[in-house]
Amino acid sequence: MTSQARLAWLQSDVGGKRVLAIILAVIIVLPLLNLLVPPDSVFHVSSYTIGLLGKYLCYALLALAVDLIWGYCGILSLGHGAFFALGGYAMGMYLMRQIGERGVYGHPVLPDFMVFLNWDALPWYWYGFDNFYFAMLMVLVAPGLLAFVFGWLAFRSRVTGVYLSIITQAMTYALMLAFFRNDMGFGGNNGLTDFKDILGFSLQADTTKVGLFVASGVALILGYLLCRYVVSSKLGRVLISIRDAESRSRFIGYRVEHFKLFVFVLSAVLAGVAGALYVPQVGIINPGEFSPINSIEIIVWVALGGRGFLYGAIIGAVLVNYGKTFFTGAFPEVWLFMLGGLFVVSTLFLPQGVVGIVQQWKDKRAEQKAHAQGKTGEAVP
Amino acid sequence: MKMIPKHIPQHILYVDGVTKSFDGFKALNDLSFTVKPGELRAIIGPNGAGKTTMMDVITGKLKPDVGDVFFRDSVDLTKHDEAEIANMGIGRKFQKPTVIESLTVFQNLELALSGNRGVFKSLFHKLSGEQRTQIDEVIELVGLTEKRQELGGALSHGQKQWLEIGMLLNQDPDLLLVDEPAAGMTDHETELTAKLLRDISGEHSVVVVEHDMEFIKALDCPVTVLHEGYVLAEGTLEQVQADDKVIEVYLGR
Amino acid sequence: MTRQPKRAWWVRAWLALLILACSQTLWAQQQAPDFTAKIADLTTSSFSKRAKAIEAVVALDDERVLPVLEALLEGDLYYRKSDDRVVIAVDAESGYRITDVISGEDLGAVGKRDVKKIATNNRMRKNLRVQIAAYKLVNKNPDVRRTAAGDLIKTPSPEFLPILQKAIANEEEPAVREALKVARAVILLDSDQEVDRLQAIKDMDGYPNKYTLAMLKQLVRQNDDGSYNEPSELVREEAIAVLKGLEAQETWYKFVEDLFFGLSAGSVLLLAAVGLAITFGVMGVINMAHGEMIMLGAYTTYVVQLLMPNLIEASLIVAIPAAFVVSGLMGIIIERTVIRHLYGRPLETLLATFGISLILQQLVRTIFSPLNRSVITPDWMSGSLQVNGFLSLTYNRLYIIVFALLVLFGLMLLLKRSFFGLQMRAVTQNRAMASSMGIRTGWVDAMTFGLGSGIAGIAGVALSQLTNVGPNLGQSYIIDSFLVVVFGGVGSLWGTFVAAMGLGVANKFVEPMAGAVLAKILILVFIILFIQRRPRGLFAIKGRFVEG
Repeated sequence: MTSQARLAWLQSDVGGKRVLAIILAVIIVLPLLNLLVPPDSVFHVSSYTIGLLGKYLCYALLALAVDLIWGYCGILSLGHGAFFALGGYAMGMYLMRQIGERGVYGHPVLPDFMVFLNWDALPWYWYGFDNFYFAMLMVLVAPGLLAFVFGWLAFRSRVTGVYLSIITQAMTYALMLAFFRNDMGFGGNNGLTDFKDILGFSLQADTTKVGLFVASGVALILGYLLCRYVVSSKLGRVLISIRDAESRSRFIGYRVEHFKLFVFVLSAVLAGVAGALYVPQVGIINPGEFSPINSIEIIVWVALGGRGFLYGAIIGAVLVNYGKTFFTGAFPEVWLFMLGGLFVVSTLFLPQGVVGIVQQWKDKRAEQKAHAQGKTGEAVP
Repeated sequence: MKMIPKHIPQHILYVDGVTKSFDGFKALNDLSFTVKPGELRAIIGPNGAGKTTMMDVITGKLKPDVGDVFFRDSVDLTKHDEAEIANMGIGRKFQKPTVIESLTVFQNLELALSGNRGVFKSLFHKLSGEQRTQIDEVIELVGLTEKRQELGGALSHGQKQWLEIGMLLNQDPDLLLVDEPAAGMTDHETELTAKLLRDISGEHSVVVVEHDMEFIKALDCPVTVLHEGYVLAEGTLEQVQADDKVIEVYLGR
Repeated sequence: MTRQPKRAWWVRAWLALLILACSQTLWAQQQAPDFTAKIADLTTSSFSKRAKAIEAVVALDDERVLPVLEALLEGDLYYRKSDDRVVIAVDAESGYRITDVISGEDLGAVGKRDVKKIATNNRMRKNLRVQIAAYKLVNKNPDVRRTAAGDLIKTPSPEFLPILQKAIANEEEPAVREALKVARAVILLDSDQEVDRLQAIKDMDGYPNKYTLAMLKQLVRQNDDGSYNEPSELVREEAIAVLKGLEAQETWYKFVEDLFFGLSAGSVLLLAAVGLAITFGVMGVINMAHGEMIMLGAYTTYVVQLLMPNLIEASLIVAIPAAFVVSGLMGIIIERTVIRHLYGRPLETLLATFGISLILQQLVRTIFSPLNRSVITPDWMSGSLQVNGFLSLTYNRLYIIVFALLVLFGLMLLLKRSFFGLQMRAVTQNRAMASSMGIRTGWVDAMTFGLGSGIAGIAGVALSQLTNVGPNLGQSYIIDSFLVVVFGGVGSLWGTFVAAMGLGVANKFVEPMAGAVLAKILILVFIILFIQRRPRGLFAIKGRFVEG
């Protein structure tokens, strides 16, 4: 088999390739403009911008994870923020342990909030988080495990549609309440913050920020390729068949719950990675990340960008979050009206999002062209 | 790949004393009948006679309250779910044609192709040349060659019926349960469908549920009449049409 | 001829009544000057004369006596220097606001120097306390007598003994008699006679009261030096036996109280969820803005109170229909503009209505500010119903329970009995058929959605009495409401009722064991697991048609 045939799954994805190219360009050019161009130059890119775009890249990865299950398998999770937050907490725990004696209380092992709560020993589930590789493993395992247990219970008993959506929302709500409690051992209300460095690099340094930015971009590209491979495989077509006609897929002989579980766990792990990259860039993780509205906001990114187009999710995440940054800065009153309006408009008028609109417009043009060219009929495949 | 050894069983399907009720309403009431290997069987009955419920019970969608359902003499179908039963070799076509609307005709048939249905096998699955040939053969058999790359959702009602039958064939089941295949088809198409079902019986066992008497006549096979969840009469079409009980049920008292 | 005697009988009866009435008035008029005179005597400057004057006032049989005595005891009784009129004074902005004790007439505000306090000494006050208690103990209303006895239990003092003895002897109402005996018992518990103490403990048996419980506990407790507060072993044994019974009673009433709290919490859930049971349960519309319909109802209550500041007592009654209309109209608007286009697409409906909920929240935030608004609780909603010494039920929770049940049963009636209900069920069961029979299905959809939203608005009126009214009010109920409806079984109002009450009570009983937040989490986890076991809820509608 030629390498070209082996990469057919990517070859046909024109929009995806363009978006990947843009991301690649952004994560190569912007760091150079930040680090090499002097601050007074017009071409200098501030660290603030780098941080902001880094955040968007994490959101895009999160949106990708949601689009994978919603766009291709019809699972509308209103609790994906929980997986994002769990990944974030796993990273946060590593960063907390890195602080060491530099905390306010100067305790060699215990994070500040534990000293404050008069705890005398590290809870067992904090063990190992001083090791970067263990923590990174947990970034994958914690959301993955939760998704596995939750999904196993839900899909096995065939909870589908809005019922599933509502219990995923209840799941993240319950987790939020739990993480707000001090005795959960995750810093309660304040969460985890005051991080100092990662792998020995100061989080304040521009180079570290750029490094995290590039890492987010690379994670997004890899995540995209992974998702693209999955949806282009036969498994992807099984997912679509589950989305369109679940019982048909069952009667053909596919174990629907296994497929759903696989893609749900994969999606949760991607969300966890996004959360883990997000936390060192914003410098804090708290239970607010679990709040249901955060999860549901992800849905509007995907819906606006274009459900069922993987690169649409990326576009949607960046567009909506750029809008959010802009409006909450300029007209904070207006933002929630805008966001609410986006939900209504995208469901009523843009069932396939921005990407869908562009696609339609292109199809129409192609049709007109074909028409103009004459009676070629089936010339356009 | 089949879980069941390929010896010739006495009955491909053995339904005995099956009752299924919903809130006191007995959709199936002590239903018993058998299907022999290679047999083509038509099942008729008025609305609410329990035809669809019967199919649901056989394919594992519903569990009977009492009664036995055996496949190939030895497999107790009441202990398995839809996917397991499908993989054992029972295929089902729904009353309302259900194809995967956002996949092409080819992809629909690819999904139905018999083979391993595991998650990871699907992830790394590659179609072999032999499988491509098989899919193309089926596409030709059901007359959709022109529509090979069209989306399932773009097909007409009759074409969807055909595609679904094609998917059934691709599954290569021992037993096909076909619910109202002729609905929404032209006379010509109906005739073709009947011929197709006759052709595949022998190698496969086929149970057809249908309202259309012309179609039943064209099938030219033994007929079972269901009424209020039990078997009212059985025999050739002429025999059941002459049966007093059947006349009473169909024409009223 | 036959009529004549009859008329005569009527006339005689009339005359008799008339005479009786006149004599009553005459008697009252005779009494009145007596009261006026005796009250005037209180203004004397001599303490000994005043003590006598008090005695004379006490001897009067007049309903105006008690307030005078109470005011005297509290030091609120004054006389006006200008005309020596005896008045009850309450503090006002600059001076006092005074009321004539004889006519009950409001005499307006006066300066502090315009009136002089009718002072009392210790002995007079002691006497007054006894007299007031005695006065209450002979009141015609048994409830007043019982409350008086209850007050005496809290303040045992030997000087009450004689009046209690007298009251017990005269009392005919068994319940009041029992209370009086306990009031006597708490005094006798200090007696140096073992017999008296034993009798006292026996009298306390089975009477639910926190004070007697505490006293008995104190009695049988062993001191550090090994001695007991109660020297007699016999009395101690009796006390232990009685204590056991009382403690069992207390546990039982604690249970009843928890149950009551649970039911009232359940009623709140029920109110929040019952509208959703219509829009989601009957119509199948996922309305994430349901919580905001509740919020709008609560804000309507706030606005109604702003509009009628002098009629706060009636404001809730006005707010109920107003909230129904406001939320209902909003519901109809949402249905016609958005939801109508999304029927059969539940996930899209969910997202669109979520967007609407954000818009409504921001709207309220813009109009009313993001801060919580305070909704006033009318007097009839505050306070509590004292069932007995161990159990008191707050009125607001009591009303919420009653109100929730009224709403539920009203709704059931509407659905089962009215023509609109019939049309609604027809449309939800078979739209095409209903339409072909001439039912305007679009209109029924809008009205049904309006009904569900309107009921959410009513729930908002009730919630405004229990929680803070702010833009996020609805959010805290939306997840709970959905869980209640799903848990109860979609489409079953009865199931919604059972689920709401069950969850409310369960939450209340898990709370002491696990803490409020953990209890909430446990309940959530329970429901998540339950839905996975039985996706169609407690009271699932079974049958072949539900599969759809």
